[in-house]
Amino acid sequence: MRRTVLTLAAVLVVAGCSSEPGSGGGASVPGVTDTEIVIGTHMPLTGPASAGYSQIAPATKAYFDFVNAAGGVNGRKITLKVKDDGYNPANTQQVVRELVLQDKVFAILNGLGTPTHTGVLDFLNSQRVPDLFVASGSRSWDQPGKYPGTFGFNPDYTVEGKILGSYVQQNLPGKKTCFLGQDDDFGRDSLAGVTGVLGDAGVAVKQTYTTSVTNVGPQVDAFRSNACEVVVLATVPGFTALTIGTAARQGFTPQWIVSNVGGDYNTLAKSLGDAAPLLEGLLGANYLPAASAASDPWVQLFQRINTQYNAGAPFDGNTVYGMSVGYLFVQVLQAAGRELTRESLIDAVEKGGYTGPGLGPLRFSADDHSGYGGLRMTRVTDKVQDYFGPTYETDSEGGPVTEYTLTPPAPPANGIPPAA
Amino acid sequence: MRRYIATIGAAAILLPLTYVLPAFQNYQLATVAAYLCATAGLTVLTGQNGQLSLGHGALMATGAYTVALMQNAIGNLPLSLAAGVVVTTVAGAVIGLAAARLRGPYLAGVTLAVAVVVPGLTTMFDDVLGGDQGLTFYLAPPPFGYDFPFERWQAWIALAAALLTMLLLGNLAGSRYGREFRAVRDDEIAAQLSGIHLARTQILAFVVSAAAAGLGGGVLAVLAQSVSPGAFSLTLSLFLVMAIVVGGLGSLAGAVWGAILLVALPDLTARATDVFALPAAFAQRLEGNLPLAIFGGTLIVVMIMAPGGIHGLVTHQLTQRIGKRGR
Repeated sequence: MRRTVLTLAAVLVVAGCSSEPGSGGGASVPGVTDTEIVIGTHMPLTGPASAGYSQIAPATKAYFDFVNAAGGVNGRKITLKVKDDGYNPANTQQVVRELVLQDKVFAILNGLGTPTHTGVLDFLNSQRVPDLFVASGSRSWDQPGKYPGTFGFNPDYTVEGKILGSYVQQNLPGKKTCFLGQDDDFGRDSLAGVTGVLGDAGVAVKQTYTTSVTNVGPQVDAFRSNACEVVVLATVPGFTALTIGTAARQGFTPQWIVSNVGGDYNTLAKSLGDAAPLLEGLLGANYLPAASAASDPWVQLFQRINTQYNAGAPFDGNTVYGMSVGYLFVQVLQAAGRELTRESLIDAVEKGGYTGPGLGPLRFSADDHSGYGGLRMTRVTDKVQDYFGPTYETDSEGGPVTEYTLTPPAPPANGIPPAA
Repeated sequence: MRRYIATIGAAAILLPLTYVLPAFQNYQLATVAAYLCATAGLTVLTGQNGQLSLGHGALMATGAYTVALMQNAIGNLPLSLAAGVVVTTVAGAVIGLAAARLRGPYLAGVTLAVAVVVPGLTTMFDDVLGGDQGLTFYLAPPPFGYDFPFERWQAWIALAAALLTMLLLGNLAGSRYGREFRAVRDDEIAAQLSGIHLARTQILAFVVSAAAAGLGGGVLAVLAQSVSPGAFSLTLSLFLVMAIVVGGLGSLAGAVWGAILLVALPDLTARATDVFALPAAFAQRLEGNLPLAIFGGTLIVVMIMAPGGIHGLVTHQLTQRIGKRGR
């Protein structure tokens, strides 16, 4: 009994001492030392959305390794902790808390997924963790008043939907257009963009799917029986492949137009295997250099890094994406300067003026936290996915779709953004 | 009386503990407490009354979604949690009515259907329930000032719920109803001969266990400030059954071990994959699936080595040691 009382007393004493949670000091920034910056991310490395996406974080990591080998940023090496959430919002809750509370990361970078990341917005905001360049085009990331530390990367899905819709309007006029979207903000925002241009009546059949049900037979059947000629897909890669494959089995081959997040040719071809020829003529939109564009200086840089620091992993749109995110993050770190704090990082993003491999504009400012603002159409011809036509930009409201004429600058000679 | 003292004692140890533990461990402690509500309820049903339910994850989901909807509508946490318990109790009564007519594999089948159907409903009524994305809701900050750690507050809520559940279920097990539960489990005919109403007893056990699961689910939702069907899949229902078996079927203390396992095992497997230098792609594959495999493996080992579960093992060790000392 005496021992129990003593133990209890000891516990209480320790409790009394440690009840001041990191309020003092001010000099210490979570995840930042003189030699290291620790950041974290959540990605579907397993599960229904892992096809393609599981290669993004390794690519980002490879870019950081490349920068670290050259001395890092302001003498600090970047460490990226990657947690698997299986594209399950419940797991995201768990792993993001682990990153923030346990691993004490400086920031979350490029957390992937609309349904998954939506659930951790409030948590990250209440912990004041910078939440940079979310890997999704949901409009939720652009709410500076409510979530001052959250910034997007992808063009938002409504912007993309408007650009895809205006392509249909100009180049496929009079065709019966239909829509398949994921049953969350991804699908809804995208549909809002498409109908924003074509009108509600301009989309004849609207269908949704959930990632927990791996059967899109009924949806495809609805498109086929209504004789849809154009089908716009707001789908993740696994479900793009599934839909195109299911349709082919039903003998149904409309013109598919796919959102950039689910339209990478290499990822889809790998999923479809022998049925990859079904992808001929696939239309889509994108805003980063095509992985196949061997003459693009950005692609050359990323390919070099991929060989050297990513064990020569397959080079596709996901690799380009992951490294582009890494490049933008290093750019922002450089701009934040030597005295790195969470505030200085967010101020640096809001200062804006960033360019990189992307085709459209990055519009970061104090009252705009959305990511890229433009896309260019792509088409698959003879197993090669490439761009055609001009780059378009627009907003997520009622603004017009206009051409964007600036071209991205070449990367710096050493491949690392210069200090601001 | 003994149970009240034990509950107060547990609270006296746990409360200072929440001051010592770092934030993430507090969150994990809170998660254990939330699962404990459900595993304790399931222990009463399966361990003490002999009914097998494969659908308790779905009952947790019922509580969790009720809390989310109530928080968004009214925003009073005690009221929301109470509503979660009430709605799940009603759901439990409905399933319990059917369950009382079914035995063994048939009962397992019905509850399995519940486990599959409930997450499906969230997709069907996605206007209200938010589909796969689920619902997020507002949770008022702790009422102790700006610097009070949120995770400690969450741990308090969860621990209060768990202690209350353990106390009430402990009292129930020690009462006449508890004896009736066990009598029905051991021999239905003998129980009937001694004047126990079979169906009524079974329905009562199901309702009580559903209420506890509803509270656990509600608390789990409070911890995440969101609900989504992915948190309450069929796998969770199976995990709950495995947890109470591994923990030690039949005693509420076994439910504590089970709840700890539910939180600790996925964490330990993630650490294990970090320790062994595996090829990246292989490690990724493992991290998603390994907890399942290890849980299954643990179940087999425990069943062979210690049929009484972890709790049986611990009490066995203790009694042996005390016995030796006495000699």
